[in-house]
Amino acid sequence: MASLDRTARTFLLAEVISGFVLTLKYMFKPKVTVNYPYERSPLSPRFRGEHALRRYPNGEERCIACKLCEAVCPALAITIEAEPREDGSRRTTRYDIDMTKCIYCGFCQEACPVDAIVEGPNTEFTTETREELLYSKEKLLANGDRWEGTIAQNLRADAPYR
Amino acid sequence: MYADLIHFFTTHWLGQAIVILAECLAVTVPLLVAVAYMTYADRKIWASIQLRRGPNVVGPFGLLQPFADGLKLLLKETIVPSSANTVLFLIAPMITFMTALIAWAVVPFADGWVIADINVGILYLFAISSLGVYGIIIAGWASNSKYAFLGALRSAAQMVSYEVSIGFVLVTVLLCVGSLNLSKIVLAQTGWFWNWYWLPLLPMFVIFFISALAETNRTPFDLPMSEAELVQGFQTEYSSMPFALFFLGEYANMILLSAMGSILFLGGWMSPIPYAPFTYVPGVVWFALKIAMLLFVFSWTKGTLPRYRYDQLMRLGWKVFLPISLGWLVLTAAVLQFGGWVPGK
Amino acid sequence: MLLQALAFYLFAFVTIAAGGMVVVSRNPVYSVLFLILAFFNAAALFLLIGAEFVAMILVIVYVGAVAVLFLFVVMMLDIKITELREGFLKYFPIGALIGVVLLAEILFALGIFGGSSPTIAALDKAGAHIGAVENTRAIGRVLYTQYFFLFQSAGVVLLVAMIGAIVLTLRRRPGVRRQRVAEQLYRPKDQAITVVKVPTRGGVS
Repeated sequence: MASLDRTARTFLLAEVISGFVLTLKYMFKPKVTVNYPYERSPLSPRFRGEHALRRYPNGEERCIACKLCEAVCPALAITIEAEPREDGSRRTTRYDIDMTKCIYCGFCQEACPVDAIVEGPNTEFTTETREELLYSKEKLLANGDRWEGTIAQNLRADAPYR
Repeated sequence: MYADLIHFFTTHWLGQAIVILAECLAVTVPLLVAVAYMTYADRKIWASIQLRRGPNVVGPFGLLQPFADGLKLLLKETIVPSSANTVLFLIAPMITFMTALIAWAVVPFADGWVIADINVGILYLFAISSLGVYGIIIAGWASNSKYAFLGALRSAAQMVSYEVSIGFVLVTVLLCVGSLNLSKIVLAQTGWFWNWYWLPLLPMFVIFFISALAETNRTPFDLPMSEAELVQGFQTEYSSMPFALFFLGEYANMILLSAMGSILFLGGWMSPIPYAPFTYVPGVVWFALKIAMLLFVFSWTKGTLPRYRYDQLMRLGWKVFLPISLGWLVLTAAVLQFGGWVPGK
Repeated sequence: MLLQALAFYLFAFVTIAAGGMVVVSRNPVYSVLFLILAFFNAAALFLLIGAEFVAMILVIVYVGAVAVLFLFVVMMLDIKITELREGFLKYFPIGALIGVVLLAEILFALGIFGGSSPTIAALDKAGAHIGAVENTRAIGRVLYTQYFFLFQSAGVVLLVAMIGAIVLTLRRRPGVRRQRVAEQLYRPKDQAITVVKVPTRGGVS
């Protein structure tokens, strides 16, 4: 009897049909996709996205050219050249990040004593050419100006855990 | 004036040529639009099975997505591998595309709506659908690439195997109808929807559908183009317009086999309920609905079943489908003979 | 009528040209492709004389199945084209001889060499019946009545050939581990898995 049952099930494609029923049920379940460009999933304040160089509220750039980030960078993506400015303060003349090398480990922002280089929440910085991914100091400072609000908020949110 | 025009279009050779051309356009243009929306429907159905949304950005509900894709493919560069056989490489997608289109010449869309109502319509369909494999084999050989070649070999063996059982299924239906003409096959299925051949010949319908999946290289029989092992098989080296032709040809073939299925088993243009409000709906609408239903099952299958292994595929074709379809053919013939239902006597 | 004659000469010319290219072509894959072209044009010729059933069967059987397998085999062979050419002159005489004999047979059957041709007479007799019925039906009527015995013996010959091919290629290899699908499917759950209650710190032995 059992063998008859099994044979009947095989020829009536019982298992295939049960699979079909399952997928049909799934077809009417609510979608789990986030409708990406219009809605986004939340990001942690620690999220490590595109880099930015920050400024003090008075407009002075934070970076003091200590080159700790350049030293710690495991991918050797950061290049810094420094020279004293006219007023005698130590500043960078060149601060380049090769975004094609960067592995987004976040060591640079860990190493930075003045919170100048940070990784912001931005992930949408794809470019059409490779050259555009070789970021210069101007680009990084512009990023900082653009994202300062979010970055400052994220740093404040993360501060108690550091 | 009208009489002159009618005279021109029915008797003058130029008028007749214009009429034939218009008929061809009237079939191919809606068909290509249907192919475009088939890709869209496919993606939407898989998406909803996988709890995703599918294309929804280009146009309302993503309805313009197929045209965006088509435009993208048109604008891409046509790459011909340097070691490929250029002529055959470019002919192959055209063969796939053309064989998928010329088969529609004999398909009756409604009573009398057919370009060529030939006596051996079903044989013509069968012959043309068996030619589709050449596009794939030639593509695989001309690409001069291992993946493409393996895909072509698999496709050849698979199509030849499953054509056998499709042939027996066709013969079974022909036994019940007594004619090879597609319109007559549909007309033999008048009445309620349980009078259509899908119910009395249910095992044959199932075998036909599964073999149709194999003929069109769809999951679970998409071994010739399995992306996981053969990186799209025979399509590996194709890009741009030749790729688009393959793509269109494959979907047109799927629609063709669905049309074949609805003519043979689902009563073609017949309304499922042969009474007043339903019979007012034009036959072509019923036909399109039936095709759409079968196509939905095509997509549904792709969302449900995993791919067969090659030896399992061969086993299914030769050791399961062939005996069952042959047995059912003999059974049908016996029932018709001894039940006294032989048609055309 | 003019159109039909033109079509006939076109198809006939392409058939013969393709047939010639099958022999002459340097690449065996091209040969098979030309063979397919020849089949197609032969089918078109059948269509022209109104034998649509034979035309379709020609396409289905020869183009759809036989030539696919030809192509399948030829593509897999690793043929050195130059080596292949060397044999051409050697085999040319015998090939030509067979060709001439076949041609003579056809001409004889058509009664070219004088005398009444039985083939033509039979064709005329058959032609009288065609026209009233579809030619599918007409073939069926002749095949399953008058030529039933011949038809069945052709079937037996094919069956013998098939069995012969299977016997020639069948190898019994010991030690082959083969998947038995039915056995796998019929294995009940209690044979396949056992539920073990694992004691804390005990592990499963």
